[in-house]
Amino acid sequence: MSDILVSEQSAPGTGGSGRPSGRLLEVDDLRVEFRTRDGVAKVINGVTYHVDAGETLAVLGESGSGKSVTAQTIMGILDTPPGFVTNGQVRFHGKDMLTMSSEERRRIRGEGIAMIFQDALSALNPVFTVGFQIAEQFRIRRGMGRAESKKRAIEMLDQVKIPNAKGRFSNYPHQFSGGMRQRAMIAMSLALDPEVLIADEPTTALDVTVQAQIMDLLAELQRERQMGMILITHDLGVVADVADRIAVMYAGRIVEEADVYDLYAKPAHPYTLGLIDSIPRLDEKGQQLRTIKGLPPNLMNIPPGCPFNPRCPMAQPVCREKLPPLLQVGTARASACHFAEELVNRV
Amino acid sequence: MGRYLLRRLLQLVPVFIGTTFMIYALVWAVPGDPFAGKCGDRRCPDQYIAFMTEKYHLDQNVFVQYGNYMKNLLQGDFGQTFQQREISDIIATAYPNTLKLALVALSIEAVIGLGAGVLTGLRRNGFLDNLVLVSTLFLIALPVFVVGFVLQWLLGVQWGIIKPTVSSEMRLSELIVPGFVLGSASVAYIARVARTSIAENRRADYVRTAIAKGLPMRRVVGVHLLRNSLIPVVTLLGTDLGALMGGAIVTEGIFGINGIGRQVFRAIITKESATVVGIVVVLVLVYLLMNLLVDLLYAALDPRIRYE
Repeated sequence: MSDILVSEQSAPGTGGSGRPSGRLLEVDDLRVEFRTRDGVAKVINGVTYHVDAGETLAVLGESGSGKSVTAQTIMGILDTPPGFVTNGQVRFHGKDMLTMSSEERRRIRGEGIAMIFQDALSALNPVFTVGFQIAEQFRIRRGMGRAESKKRAIEMLDQVKIPNAKGRFSNYPHQFSGGMRQRAMIAMSLALDPEVLIADEPTTALDVTVQAQIMDLLAELQRERQMGMILITHDLGVVADVADRIAVMYAGRIVEEADVYDLYAKPAHPYTLGLIDSIPRLDEKGQQLRTIKGLPPNLMNIPPGCPFNPRCPMAQPVCREKLPPLLQVGTARASACHFAEELVNRV
Repeated sequence: MGRYLLRRLLQLVPVFIGTTFMIYALVWAVPGDPFAGKCGDRRCPDQYIAFMTEKYHLDQNVFVQYGNYMKNLLQGDFGQTFQQREISDIIATAYPNTLKLALVALSIEAVIGLGAGVLTGLRRNGFLDNLVLVSTLFLIALPVFVVGFVLQWLLGVQWGIIKPTVSSEMRLSELIVPGFVLGSASVAYIARVARTSIAENRRADYVRTAIAKGLPMRRVVGVHLLRNSLIPVVTLLGTDLGALMGGAIVTEGIFGINGIGRQVFRAIITKESATVVGIVVVLVLVYLLMNLLVDLLYAALDPRIRYE
């Protein structure tokens, strides 16, 4: 029955270099397409990134840029069909997860790599208590008894700073507030002490004040546990304090990857520049908000050349012909723009 | 919860009075002479008619009759048939048979319907899915008496796998085929509801979470997916139990089971009004209680529902 719910990705074999590199989690030239009735949507078009222990990588992008699909592929929860991995590897401790047996892969989930989702209300099972859903991890994965798993679950609720953890254990998800639910979700995902935590827009569904609390909590837990964290978001404001590195995605590609300070100070891709420019600023109050003109490309029909060229204010003829590869710019950053050097070196 | 229960139970009172009065009025309004043919070929003697009229208050209007009837009923007296048989005896003999048949039918509905629904919901558009869809359509389209007679003839007469009728001992093995016949249409509905429910919930976020937690697939399906998908199925099963316990005139008739459906049918034919009313009173009560039970079960299955 194992293939019913979990996408059983066929071994791509062709992609990825396959060399062991000592990295904790690596995504290597990943390509994913969605085969629908209307055609094939190329959702991920060669994504490569990695995260090491104790480090936070923020993956930034608009809806549809492929950031969540990449995470789903890492977790092995991509809906297949319609989603198919056509190329690439996802290596955990150097071992390709896409070619593992489903049982091997299942064991990594929760213990090796855990995930928290955007909407905790729908991500938690509505008919079981929050405590049950956390304790389940200890009972099923660790073989603990009822009493001990309950004790451990209450400890977890305590760790994510849920007041009256003991009393909250037997509450249902709908009896929690939004922020508390996301805390419970975090407690559940951290129960088995994972090495990597993928947080897929963990604060998008929350109030602004609660957002900051949850981000602080995540950052704190990540530091304490020295986890690798992949933080998926479309909110530049959220990542600034938390992330070490940022990977910006557009149309299923990484268009820029840089240290968080470099990226904010000097974006090396016009898309990143546009994103930073479109953050509302207090000193421009009353003026029209700046936006990136146009819409993200239709993934069934990505324009030739650089996929950003129709929206790019700096687009030149070369941008419509040649797809710029993700290349090193300076020392520790990369950009997929023909004019990356110019962007970085401008005054 | 306690207050809710009390309110629901109090609601039963007007419903109970209303339904029983309607039945009572309807039955006594049926044209025809209750004494026709009661005394062989001859007309009944006037003395007998006078005695019976007095005893059953036949000369009073329907409200007085109903009042008298309810007064006795509340003291546990269902009255007697014109042959002086205690109606409560008739119910007490027939009802256990109906209950047994209903429970067998319900179990078959639950096991086959749910099983088929889960399997097809997980693998939609496969061979099994199509097979189940076609066969459920078949069962829904066929009237019960056709399914009943065909199975009785095929299994009982042609192939001799079962006895064509059920003996008075009502053994479980004898009740399987009648139970299937009785539940056949519901099996189909339950399979379809379960299929839809499973297929819908299968892509739910919490199922994805359960997988991301690294739970074994049988637990993801058997606990997280099933528990949520069961809610509409159990509701359907509960409503059906109320209907099943109302007796099955056709199925009981085909397989010769002395159940409540047969008794009520016979009583209607022979104008045993008191028997009809007595049985219907019990059935109304059972149905109302079953409905209440389903509502309570619904809250037990889905913690988001709270009755205050």
